[in-house]
Amino acid sequence: MTFTDAIKESRAGPRTRGKKMSTEEKREARIGLAFISPWLIGFSIFYALPMVASFVFSLMEFNLATPEDARFVGLSNWARMLFDDPNTWQGLLVTTRFALISLPIGLIFAFLIAVLLNSLNLWGRNIFRTLFFAPSLVPFVAGALIWSQVLNSQTGWVNRLIELFGIPAVGIDGIRWLDTPGLIPITYTFIGIWGIGNAILINLAGLQGIPTALHEAAQIDGAGYWRRLRTISIPMVTPVIFYNLVLGAVGLLQYFLPPFVLNGTTGYPEGATNFFMIYFYKQAFGFANMGYGAALAWLLFFYGLVVTIILFGTQKYWVYYAAGD
Amino acid sequence: MANDTKQGQSLDSGVVPDWKRQQQRKTILLKMGTTALAAFLLAIFLMPMGYAFVTSLKTKQQAADPTAPILPSEAVTIEYEGKEVDLLNVPIDGEVRELAIVKKGRQESEFVDPDNLAAGVIVWEGQWRTLDPVRQGQYNWGNYKEAWDFINFPRLLFWTLLYAFITMIGAVISSAFVAYGFSRFKFPGKPVLFIVLIGTIILPPAVTLIPQYAFFSQINWVGTWLPLIVPLMFGNAYNVFLLRQYFLTIPREMEQAASVDGAGPIRTFIEVILPQAIPALTAVSLFHFFFTWNDFFGPLVFLAGNRDIVPISVGLSFFNGTYASDPNLIMAASFIALIIPLIIFFFSQRVFLSGIVVSGADK
Repeated sequence: MTFTDAIKESRAGPRTRGKKMSTEEKREARIGLAFISPWLIGFSIFYALPMVASFVFSLMEFNLATPEDARFVGLSNWARMLFDDPNTWQGLLVTTRFALISLPIGLIFAFLIAVLLNSLNLWGRNIFRTLFFAPSLVPFVAGALIWSQVLNSQTGWVNRLIELFGIPAVGIDGIRWLDTPGLIPITYTFIGIWGIGNAILINLAGLQGIPTALHEAAQIDGAGYWRRLRTISIPMVTPVIFYNLVLGAVGLLQYFLPPFVLNGTTGYPEGATNFFMIYFYKQAFGFANMGYGAALAWLLFFYGLVVTIILFGTQKYWVYYAAGD
Repeated sequence: MANDTKQGQSLDSGVVPDWKRQQQRKTILLKMGTTALAAFLLAIFLMPMGYAFVTSLKTKQQAADPTAPILPSEAVTIEYEGKEVDLLNVPIDGEVRELAIVKKGRQESEFVDPDNLAAGVIVWEGQWRTLDPVRQGQYNWGNYKEAWDFINFPRLLFWTLLYAFITMIGAVISSAFVAYGFSRFKFPGKPVLFIVLIGTIILPPAVTLIPQYAFFSQINWVGTWLPLIVPLMFGNAYNVFLLRQYFLTIPREMEQAASVDGAGPIRTFIEVILPQAIPALTAVSLFHFFFTWNDFFGPLVFLAGNRDIVPISVGLSFFNGTYASDPNLIMAASFIALIIPLIIFFFSQRVFLSGIVVSGADK
């Protein structure tokens, strides 16, 4: 089901390397390569070459407004980015802090909703499934605009709901979701919460894939609902949670749309929305600094790679693979 | 619980023993509780949708007024002696009457009863500012027309659909070819190529974006749709992955039969495989449609602010920039933008919810 499974599977076939190919095998290889040739061409033009060029750009002073002045500057873009530019680190910090807050909330919420939707005690499960998934198809821009209005400190319903619990929230002195730097990670988590539909579905598929025999056996041994949730359901879906975690982390490092739609590249309030991609956009397309922008892009790439490797490294401590592999 | 009451009641009810009945009652309570919890969470989850809809029908003043009632409504006025006067809820003699204020005073004000003007002026002591105006529901559907016209919705829709359909056809067909190659044939380097393919899903687009942009700007494609459409004609990793998973579940016997009949690989693919993969192709096409409908970063960068050809996503964000102080119009525009994807979803929900493609099986 997941990419890693598929990769393992694709490796599993008999090895042909080293052996001489028969005519039949050569014919098969030719046909196979012909079928994948669109991707081979596309990959070379739109991935491989640009990646090499991007690295070369990162070593150049290259402004698209004055391309004739482009020149090779060695590692100075990299040095400036890492040592002289506080915006780089602010971008990474804002992005990482947001990911650390938003990702666990999103993963837990998606899992809990999936557990609820999987419950045999729920009437109208299909209707609930449809309605919990539907918002993830609302265009992201529309979703960001709607949530920003509903979180408006004066007229939004979120603060009105909070007031129902007796906490003063509405107004200038109330909870200013969009204007208080410390609240920004929470605010943008709300803004993104409609996007969890896919994570819910994947969790649900994971829960439905647990053999019923496991639950039945535990029930006979006297394990109650919560005990079974903790000792069977959660361990059995950890691969699915891991999958959501990796894709979520990679996606959040490139977080761009909501802060850009709501604040442009201003970073309002007080730089709290200066996400890394916002800064990248500003350098590359605001100032047309292709060289410096390319260096920033590579930094994001390496950062994402490190995060992914660390996440894969933690797998053995908490992800349970039933197949034992 | 005492044993004898159990038996006593089970005799009363005749057929169903009491312990069983209690269990049933417990189950029903549990079901009601679970469903209520789900409904409560869903209400909170979907609440912004309700807010957007309600706000989209308000006037600008109401949408910006923190004390305005939840539903769109307007203070009622009547004409009195050639002037517009407000109707207020006035508490008189223990009942609240709807009266029109005709003379405003600091300590006392004068009112008339709109249903009984002949009764003359009623004097009420107190500060009229503390009185609530009489409101009646008023739904400003005109907001939708204004938003529609201002963002030139038909033009945005045209470009969005053009982008969606051209790339949907191109990306799905090319991805199907590539996926078939990966699912059926052995060739040197296949495992590595497959890993590279999956790797492009995780690769941040920023890494390849700048040289692409520089290149497209050299050949004068920036500001047109070409940089967005052309790269999608060469297969897209995510589609390839999903289709490959599906092709692997199709038994090889049918292809062998076709090849015995003398069909070449391309004919076999088109005549045997594709018809069987229609559920997966439909799903991938739909996913692609939603991807293009949502695509923001690509059009933002490559169309370079060419406002005449932007898609809905970018058009909506421009609209937000110019109309920031009119939340009612922004909500109307957002609602227009979300209604088409939602309608398509409700008609095709099986494709999304049954996991046809994720699990690689049509169940």
